[in-house]
Amino acid sequence: MAEITSHINNPGYSDKSTPPELRKKVRLSETIIHGFLFLFGSISILTTLAIIYELLKESWLFFREVSLLDFFTGIKWQPQIGEFSVWPLVNATLMTSLIAMIFALPIGLMIAVYLSEYATPRFRSTLKPVLEVLAGIPTVVYGYFALTFMTPLLRLIFGAQVVQIYNTASAGIVIGILILPLVTSMTEDALSAVPRSLREGAYALGATRLETAIRVVLPAAISGIAAAFILAVSRAIGETMIVSIAAGAGPNFTFNPFNPAETMTGYMVRISGGDLSYDSIDYNSIFAIGLLLFVLTLGLNIISQQIVRRFREVYE
Amino acid sequence: MNTIQKELVGSVNSNEFDYRTEARHRAGKFWLNIFRLSTLIGILALFALLYNIVNDAFGYVALEYKVNPASLTSTGAPLETLEKADLAAIIEAKVSAGLLRQLTRDRPLTDYSKPQLLDIIEENILKPGVKETWPLFTSLFQSSRVINEAQANYPEAYLEFRSWLSWEFIVSPQDSDPIVAGIRTAILGTLAIISIVLVTAFPVGVGAAIYLEEYADTRKWHNRAIETNINNLAGVPSIIYGIVGLAVFVRALEPLTSGAIFGALDGNTTANGRTILAAGLTLTLLILPVIIINAREAIKAVPNSLREAAYAIGATKWQTIWFHVLPNALPGILTGTIIAISRAIGETAPLVVIGASTYITFDPENLFSKFTALPIQVYQWTTRPQDVWRSLAAASIIVLLILLLSLNGLAIYLRNRYSRRNW
Amino acid sequence: MTSNGHLTNGQYAIEVKDLNIYYGDFRAIKNVSLAIRSNQITAIIGPSGCGKSTMLRSFNRMNELVPNSHIEGQVTFHGYDIYANDVDPVEIRRRIGMVFQRPNPFPKNIYDNVAWGAKINGYKRDLDDLVEQSLRQAALWDEVKDKLHQNALSLSGGQQQRLCIARTIAVKPEIILMDEPASALDPIATLRIEELMRELSRNYTIIVVTHNMQQAARVSDDTAFFNMDEDRAGYLVETGPTSEIFTNPKDKRTEDYITGRFG
Repeated sequence: MAEITSHINNPGYSDKSTPPELRKKVRLSETIIHGFLFLFGSISILTTLAIIYELLKESWLFFREVSLLDFFTGIKWQPQIGEFSVWPLVNATLMTSLIAMIFALPIGLMIAVYLSEYATPRFRSTLKPVLEVLAGIPTVVYGYFALTFMTPLLRLIFGAQVVQIYNTASAGIVIGILILPLVTSMTEDALSAVPRSLREGAYALGATRLETAIRVVLPAAISGIAAAFILAVSRAIGETMIVSIAAGAGPNFTFNPFNPAETMTGYMVRISGGDLSYDSIDYNSIFAIGLLLFVLTLGLNIISQQIVRRFREVYE
Repeated sequence: MNTIQKELVGSVNSNEFDYRTEARHRAGKFWLNIFRLSTLIGILALFALLYNIVNDAFGYVALEYKVNPASLTSTGAPLETLEKADLAAIIEAKVSAGLLRQLTRDRPLTDYSKPQLLDIIEENILKPGVKETWPLFTSLFQSSRVINEAQANYPEAYLEFRSWLSWEFIVSPQDSDPIVAGIRTAILGTLAIISIVLVTAFPVGVGAAIYLEEYADTRKWHNRAIETNINNLAGVPSIIYGIVGLAVFVRALEPLTSGAIFGALDGNTTANGRTILAAGLTLTLLILPVIIINAREAIKAVPNSLREAAYAIGATKWQTIWFHVLPNALPGILTGTIIAISRAIGETAPLVVIGASTYITFDPENLFSKFTALPIQVYQWTTRPQDVWRSLAAASIIVLLILLLSLNGLAIYLRNRYSRRNW
Repeated sequence: MTSNGHLTNGQYAIEVKDLNIYYGDFRAIKNVSLAIRSNQITAIIGPSGCGKSTMLRSFNRMNELVPNSHIEGQVTFHGYDIYANDVDPVEIRRRIGMVFQRPNPFPKNIYDNVAWGAKINGYKRDLDDLVEQSLRQAALWDEVKDKLHQNALSLSGGQQQRLCIARTIAVKPEIILMDEPASALDPIATLRIEELMRELSRNYTIIVVTHNMQQAARVSDDTAFFNMDEDRAGYLVETGPTSEIFTNPKDKRTEDYITGRFG
């Protein structure tokens, strides 16, 4: 080896110093801009810190008055008599979310299968913008819809004695309609991401369209669909305007979907929208409930993101 | 089963397989119909939503005068037949002194036109009140029933086909009388809040996107943290932003958001922090993640060859970004921003929490005014017990939706106009 | 049908008459007539883009999965027009199976990959036996018998392709279409696939599209040479026993292609 290198005209390392015009310059403007951009990027971190700080601080004040045990056990939320069990609110949230899921998940899934496996490209390209429009309608409009259309409809079907004016069923169904576009378009994306070759493989074995869709494409997209479903649950839990308009005011521990019951978000709006004095137990309580809501939705969102990430790795 | 299939089945493997092809196709048809039905339900839900809104925004109303018009004239003759002077005399006789002063401040009553005088009489003396409203489709297709009902139940009332959505409705301030109440205050409030959101969220959002796409080294933990954090913030329920905005902007930063440190305290700013500024900043935080995520996508779509071309002629990093990357990413950034803004316009929960007081009849004057906004107005009117307010809610929803649809249309136009360029 | 009666004596598995295939306005295949002999390996060769795959896919109506495609002319199987209005493509495809250019196992375990097609087609006997038998025929059994419940995507490309062949065999088709089955594989895996094709040709009619002429010469009994005209429409130049096509082509274009002067 050494012999070979010696035959090559090796110039060795240069010891000439860099002339001034080639030297690195401190470009002040570039540095300042970089700094500013970093600052903008970190505003999101500050936001998160502010959220967490405020939720924890006020919750801390709340839990000095109310024990965690009372908060998570018992069945009454009646601040007047010092009862602070979160279950009536959580129960109402679960009721509305569950009803929403029962409506939105199967229908959303089936629309997605129809769009991705059956519909003509033209129909698909017409319906997708419609879904986008639906997804862009403010939730307060859906709340209006729940109170002025869905509730009267339910009362017509099940009888006005059975169905109260404010009830979780109406709110739940309309939350279902609200998240339907989300479920549909995320599920459709997951189904469309399944490579065509898999479908062809199934067809070449003599599978029908349904068998291909349900037994090959759907399982292949299952993690994407799961991610969509979890995100939908998180949206339903955090949904506020529909429940505060249509589900009723006042905590009520009930499993009857036709009775009024206040959800966590509904409670937060009612308390904070009224005459509110800071440092009262009411004020602190909305942060304690907010913290619970934050943890729930954040947890669901993180799970959904993890699933999506793993799903991507399979095909890339 | 046709002959071809039978013969072929006989020729292959019929002892090993039980193909049941027809049953499988029947199952396929059955499910296809279920899928179609689901799609139909989805579309029907959208139509029901729109139908319901339109149905409530127009239709017959039964109105009853507080004062019988016939009692205003000695002869009982209809007001329309009277002379201007007689009408002016009625006004002078019946309205309060204060209102009369206000009306005659610029010009004497005789200078008003006759229709204007009639309007003044109707609004201030007769004061029609709504007895009942009927939805549009009932009004159209069962008008005789409506007329009979109105005559039977409200013999004193007169029936009028009313479009709750009107120019008057848009330019009138809020009022406790549904006949004259409008959404001027709410529209101005929404516009003011959105302007704040625009001037704060757009530069910060785009800046953050540039940082993450062009500068951030994703191997460093803090950059990854920023990235994960933004994705998670996008999923936080808006009500959480509402209460945190309440704690931070309304309460902790009250001197700033109430305008106290600027000495801006005047009649309308007893808002103790529940101001347009606080609302705008809260919504900024809410939609910042959306803007950042969309802007990053747009910046990512600018091909690297463009950056390399700029670097190769000696441009600095910022020059490359400012003169080449940003101009090319701009349509995408704008589209994303418009979509984020339209989300901010519709956000209700945080505004209800921040705004709290919602009965506001005066226009916002500055950043430190109390406010109401379109979605708040919809919420307010929807939750009132009397049916007549639902019609106002429906009319405001139409205004809100038209605003949002035109913004979305603009976004789609931008996307289509600039996405045709091929790299 | 009667006009084709003399051809349905089992000598030919598939016959093509004046076939044109369109994607929208674009004509991909122009006026092709061709007969495929039963229990032989027929190779379809030609320059890339000449419609070889399109041709192959027309034999089991896979081309209809492409939106806007339609055909003119006739493709017959046992003398029956497979494009007749009352023919069910599902019935056709399970009789005429297909192996694709890139291995496309389902994201399931190895066992289910093989068993799935048989299951949906209502296999009446022991599935375990069928899976083993199919994997053995595909020369994959020894490599996977201990890990039948592992995900099929964990196999190597060559193994995946043999799995796809096993999956096809498991529904017991008469004909197996192979669309460049070895093009995504390394030379050793390619060799195994070729050996497998020879093995399978005792029981099945095989039609294979390839752009590899050595492969066509090595494995096939018959060869059909396709070319494309100035409109990029593919047409059949000549067909015949492989030995003749490669040693004594009748057409100048075939000779040029085989000797490597174009394509």
